[in-house]
Amino acid sequence: MNPALWVAKTGLDAQQTSMAVISNNLANVNTTGFKKGRAVFEDLLYQTVSQVGAATSQNTQAPSGLELGTGVSLISTEKVYTQGNLNQTGNALDLAINGSGFFQVLRPDGTLAYTRDGSFQISSTGQVVTASGFPVQPAITIPQGAQSITIGLDGTVQVQLPNQTAPSTVGTMQLANFINPAGLEPDGNNLLTESFSSGTAQTGQPGINGLGTLNQGYTESSNVDVVEEMVNMIETQRAYEMNTKAIETNDQMLQYLDTNL
Amino acid sequence: MDRLVYVAMSGAKEILRAQAANNQNLANANTNGFRADLSAFETKNVVGAGLPSRAYATDDITGWDSSTGSLDATGRDLDVAIKGPGWMAVQANDGSEAYTRAGDLQIDPDGTLKTAAGNPVLGDSGPITVPPYTTINFGVDGSVSVVPRGQTPMTVSTVGRIKLVNPPNDQVSRGSDGLFRSNTGKELEADASVHLVPGTLESSNVNIAETMANMIELARNYEVQVKAMKTAEDTAAESTKLLQSS
Repeated sequence: MNPALWVAKTGLDAQQTSMAVISNNLANVNTTGFKKGRAVFEDLLYQTVSQVGAATSQNTQAPSGLELGTGVSLISTEKVYTQGNLNQTGNALDLAINGSGFFQVLRPDGTLAYTRDGSFQISSTGQVVTASGFPVQPAITIPQGAQSITIGLDGTVQVQLPNQTAPSTVGTMQLANFINPAGLEPDGNNLLTESFSSGTAQTGQPGINGLGTLNQGYTESSNVDVVEEMVNMIETQRAYEMNTKAIETNDQMLQYLDTNL
Repeated sequence: MDRLVYVAMSGAKEILRAQAANNQNLANANTNGFRADLSAFETKNVVGAGLPSRAYATDDITGWDSSTGSLDATGRDLDVAIKGPGWMAVQANDGSEAYTRAGDLQIDPDGTLKTAAGNPVLGDSGPITVPPYTTINFGVDGSVSVVPRGQTPMTVSTVGRIKLVNPPNDQVSRGSDGLFRSNTGKELEADASVHLVPGTLESSNVNIAETMANMIELARNYEVQVKAMKTAEDTAAESTKLLQSS
């Protein structure tokens, strides 16, 4: 049927998805280590109705043609990896990455996942685990009776054991990084998984080779800017309304034709 | 039948097309770097026996709006916008050089700098490849510099320079994939006067108020054409009645 209706419909679809992305950002404004998403649009292909430059006679060409666009499409929802604020919590197992990199965690199915959420806890066996109970990789076990835990900027984990003067090192936290972090697949539960477009994980010690440093006693807040999301929401809503108006107008045009002829 | 109805019908048909072109602008009101289509009607005289009293109208896309959209700061280090006129060169899917103003760039696993649509960004000598890096920076002249992974911030290395061009507006036009190309088919020369603004995206340059007003105007004109068709029908009906009564 009439292309005008379908073009406006693609506008509605795109704005609807954009609104979903914005809502997800707003819902996660207080999620530790959350990175905001962004909807990216592209104009769909154009179809030639009348060719520009076509000969109108032997010696003349049409100076303009008619290339009708077919609307807009959402090509990706990409994650924006800017640094979130570091909030001091004082909790010894809260770690924030200042810079780039991800913590590696082992999921129950044996696969690795990556996260920026560094609010760790200790399991019943003494292992350092995420809030969902997934152990950090490489595994770090805090011995029974440890009186304090110190985690250095470079990821060295030391504990103070009773009746000992010097602290003992129990492991080192490692961070992973990717050439294209935006290509990581969000898996929910604050976890991301490696994908073809993210590239393979490059692991290393925090603070070295461009990886961020670890800050004990801090968590990284989400990087969602509420004001920005509100502005995006207004923009999206208005664009949605105008596309609805376009459909309504086209409907009225056709209705007028229908009733009058 | 009377010729009037055909003239009115062609008018109505072309207005519907113009409405589709107008809706295309409206649908892309939030597409980064989008350039609005300009549409106009053209008179096509019908020549034949008798006086040339009739003219059909056809809708044409006469060009694209060259005004700049607003520059919105995003803070993302891979976002770039072009300040003022100019284009960024990218490789289209068919391998040819095309131009865009959508600057939400990405880096693929091989390190190639690409647009969000997946077209590699072209430098002075082919696509730009970025090594694993700690920080990336875009200069106002389009130069891409990184601090390679494992190096101190003192060792900034320039990995390429985005090809920026600034042809006269009538020298580039939109292809069917939405990217712009030079009318001559030749690659355009780089222009050092085009400036990038890093950390910023350019919004679509669709003027929403104008587009909405245009939509209403087209809808009313459409009704006028339909009215003319109705009049043609009424006239024909009257003529038939005259013949019946005799």
